Amino acid sequence: MSYISKPKFKHPQMRTNDIGLTRRDYEGTLTTLCGGCGHDSISAAIIQAASEMSLQPHQVAKISGIGCSSKIPSYFMSKAHGFNSVHGRMPSVATGANIANKDLYYIGISGDGDSASIGLGQFCHIVRRRINMLYIVANNGTYGLTKGQLSATADIGSKTKSGEESQFDSIDMATLAIELGASFVARSFSGDKKQLVPLLQAGLTHKGFAFIDVISPCVTFNNTDFSTHGYKNTWENNIALSEIDFVPMREEITTSYAPGKEKEITLHDGSVVHLHKTGNNYDPSDKENALHHINAYKKQGKIATGLLYINQTTSDLHELQDTVNKPFNSLGVQDLCPGSEALRDINSTFR
Amino acid sequence: MPELIQSSKVSTITKTNDFVVKFANVNGSGSASANSMFAKAVFRMGIPISPHNIFPSNIQGLPTWYEVRISEQGYLGRRGGVDLIVAMNEQTIGKDIASVVPGGYVLYDSSKMLANELLRDDVTYLPIPLKDICLTEFEKPAQRQLFKNIVYVGALSAFLNIDFKVLTGLVGDQFRGKEKLILPNIHALELGHHYASDNFECPLTLRLEKSNKNSNKILMDGNTAIGLGSVYGGATIAAWYPLTPSTSVVDSFGKYCKRLRIDPGTGKKKYSIVQAEDELAAIGIAIGAGWNGARAFTATSGPGISLMQEFLGLAYFSEVPIVLFNIQRVGPSTGMPTRSQQGDLLCCAYASHGDTKHVLLLPSTPKECFEFAADAFDLADRIQSPVIVMSDLELGMNEQICDPLNWDDKRLYDRGKVLTADQLEEIEKYGRYLDTDGDGIPYRTYPGTHPEKGSYFTRGSSHDSYAAYTEDGTVYAEVMDRLALKMRTAVNYLPEPEVSETTTNKLAMLYIGTTASAVNEVLDNLAKKGITMDTMRVRAFPFHDSVAEFIENHELVYIIEQNRDAQLKSLLKIECNTHEEKMHSILSYDGVLITAQFIEQSILESMQKLDASGEVPA
Repeated sequence: MSYISKPKFKHPQMRTNDIGLTRRDYEGTLTTLCGGCGHDSISAAIIQAASEMSLQPHQVAKISGIGCSSKIPSYFMSKAHGFNSVHGRMPSVATGANIANKDLYYIGISGDGDSASIGLGQFCHIVRRRINMLYIVANNGTYGLTKGQLSATADIGSKTKSGEESQFDSIDMATLAIELGASFVARSFSGDKKQLVPLLQAGLTHKGFAFIDVISPCVTFNNTDFSTHGYKNTWENNIALSEIDFVPMREEITTSYAPGKEKEITLHDGSVVHLHKTGNNYDPSDKENALHHINAYKKQGKIATGLLYINQTTSDLHELQDTVNKPFNSLGVQDLCPGSEALRDINSTFR
Repeated sequence: MPELIQSSKVSTITKTNDFVVKFANVNGSGSASANSMFAKAVFRMGIPISPHNIFPSNIQGLPTWYEVRISEQGYLGRRGGVDLIVAMNEQTIGKDIASVVPGGYVLYDSSKMLANELLRDDVTYLPIPLKDICLTEFEKPAQRQLFKNIVYVGALSAFLNIDFKVLTGLVGDQFRGKEKLILPNIHALELGHHYASDNFECPLTLRLEKSNKNSNKILMDGNTAIGLGSVYGGATIAAWYPLTPSTSVVDSFGKYCKRLRIDPGTGKKKYSIVQAEDELAAIGIAIGAGWNGARAFTATSGPGISLMQEFLGLAYFSEVPIVLFNIQRVGPSTGMPTRSQQGDLLCCAYASHGDTKHVLLLPSTPKECFEFAADAFDLADRIQSPVIVMSDLELGMNEQICDPLNWDDKRLYDRGKVLTADQLEEIEKYGRYLDTDGDGIPYRTYPGTHPEKGSYFTRGSSHDSYAAYTEDGTVYAEVMDRLALKMRTAVNYLPEPEVSETTTNKLAMLYIGTTASAVNEVLDNLAKKGITMDTMRVRAFPFHDSVAEFIENHELVYIIEQNRDAQLKSLLKIECNTHEEKMHSILSYDGVLITAQFIEQSILESMQKLDASGEVPA
């Protein structure tokens, strides 16, 4: 929600991507978040991911709810339309936008207050509806804008800056998403760009509902040594189930890996996700196995990260509803209006 | 023992094409289609009718009534009083028989003896052993139950002189595609007809004669018309949460989309219906779609309106077009979910916190429901704000006679001020909320239009002309002033009030929506007493200047509405700079359609009072 615009200056020798855009073309306004906020790292990761993928910024729609997290859309891709809606209701706005035009990339950005509390119902139902989008929760376990109350993702026993301890079981957005039928579920850490960027790229490319729960520490209210959402705990206890590389469809796959060391997942457009196994034989295509791993690590105080679950063969809402290929917002009176003759026939059925 | 009762020689009312038939049933017993077959048969005989469902919020077992007013003069409001009751519900039979006017008739199932206390000596009983007939004639238990209803319709055809061919034609229409159901239904009609003509002197003194009043008219309910109007108006997205009495709006939209919105080449759908998890999500989906340039609507009723308040404020302030159909029911809270009221005017006109105002369209006939539904999409795009179409249960769920629906094939959709990529090329610096034309309506862009220009950030927080966040009070106030100007501009696009005015009348009636059904009857009856009145039916909010002028031009204006707190009058007081003391409220809020009788009496009583106090405008 910044009103400070960035200087437009570009260095003449800045590197350009396949569509001739520089990193600058993917930036947003200057952040107004606190210095060191995990959310700014998420903006930076999105900028890198989109720029490497050569996304057309104007082909992206950024939608959010309310809260610190929901300011993030301001801080990347100023050439994309953004919609900062109402608290907890981003999923419904994103649903409507997606139905109206299936051809854009939809990035939904929310927080743990926005998606796990006030908007938990909407979160559950957008997962069920399989909206083709990337849904990011910037998860810091606290309410920042209202100054540090515990959120529903704060783990039991976790303490905020004021010393308040969470007494209630936390909601795990990733397992919830898997249970409800999300076809791409990942968890990452705002401080681990190497992992987050390829996950974002795979999530953007995935057809269907892609969800990434990003632990994103709140430096002001929830970054104590006793907070499970702080930098310290996340660095120390984050276990990557696999290392991930994203290879866009247009790039020739030249790298080769020793057999048995990696798994290839081909996304619907031909892009490939490489998962390098980290010794634990993790298979992200198995739902029960995913839930088992996440919960088993959680019991040990560890946070399982990486691509947790993927099913690249599901349909999105448009396919389920069998809608026309042309975006709804481009249909005109000729496409939509049945005309007076049809109405005369209808009138006759009411006589 | 029909002979016994017939021989009692009770004096009976004699009326042709002007009476009320009421059916008292148990809901879930299959009576609805039989009763509407009766109504439609009368309609097809060319006689004006107005059927009204009075039903419970329940699936099975509670009382339900269907009242059909038959009126050659075309009085389509409720009359009050019943001339012939079809008393099929043991739970309510006492009250039902008591509701019949002296000289009227009671048709009942004589398979069981009627209790002595239910016998009146001023009405004529028409006993038909419906259950026994069906037990003998039909084998399946479900048929034995269902056909009782058809048998009484058959009996009514003899009693009231309904053209039997009209009835058999209706059965044919109703079961087209399910031919094997036609014969048993016709058989059931014949059973009733024969029993009545064999045992009673038919037709009764209440009777029907073919007329020609319905030539070129249709019989349709408002919700069907709204669904159809949304198809014609170019809606592609319906997001909703089931809620009586709005549910059939989306049912209708879906039904006609299946027929009319399938791409002929691919068989794919040019529409999407999303049953949301609640009303908040329903309006959120409509807003997301509206923002992204597709025409979207949601349909709901009072409880849904309460839930949608926050989103309505967002759409108003961030200027997103959406269409909302509010089929009003009785509040507050759950209220009476299956009864009708005009009780949401204030909460819709100013829905949401802060300074807001919304355009309301106020239809009174199914034809207007169709037209306003289609117009609402143009209007919402034109003013970039929510448009709320305020129907009610009475209009939405009851069939009403009206003129056939029309569509002008030359009509194009007005998508309002939307910039294309080429237009953006010409613009130095695009500002989403710049009032370039001075009418308060800025230019918008759809996401994805242009690689470099036209993107903006939509937000419910305070913003400047370029959609950037601001906490500058002056800038905020400028935006609020522009939004107020936009609402004044909107009035130019709204349907004008319907006025009947002379230069001499000092008295007038002003009303909205379904109240209109009673007005012609009120005027005729008052005229017989030497009282003439001007009328104005307001069709939209914010009001046209002509509304205040109309009030100014009269000495006394009866504001007739169907709620307790005079919400229409409140809106007039807030919005029109006019003399409050000229407005006199007539309020009906028992959940059923206001009657001509009630309005007439209220007017006469108030005039007497005013007369006594010397204030009457002579």
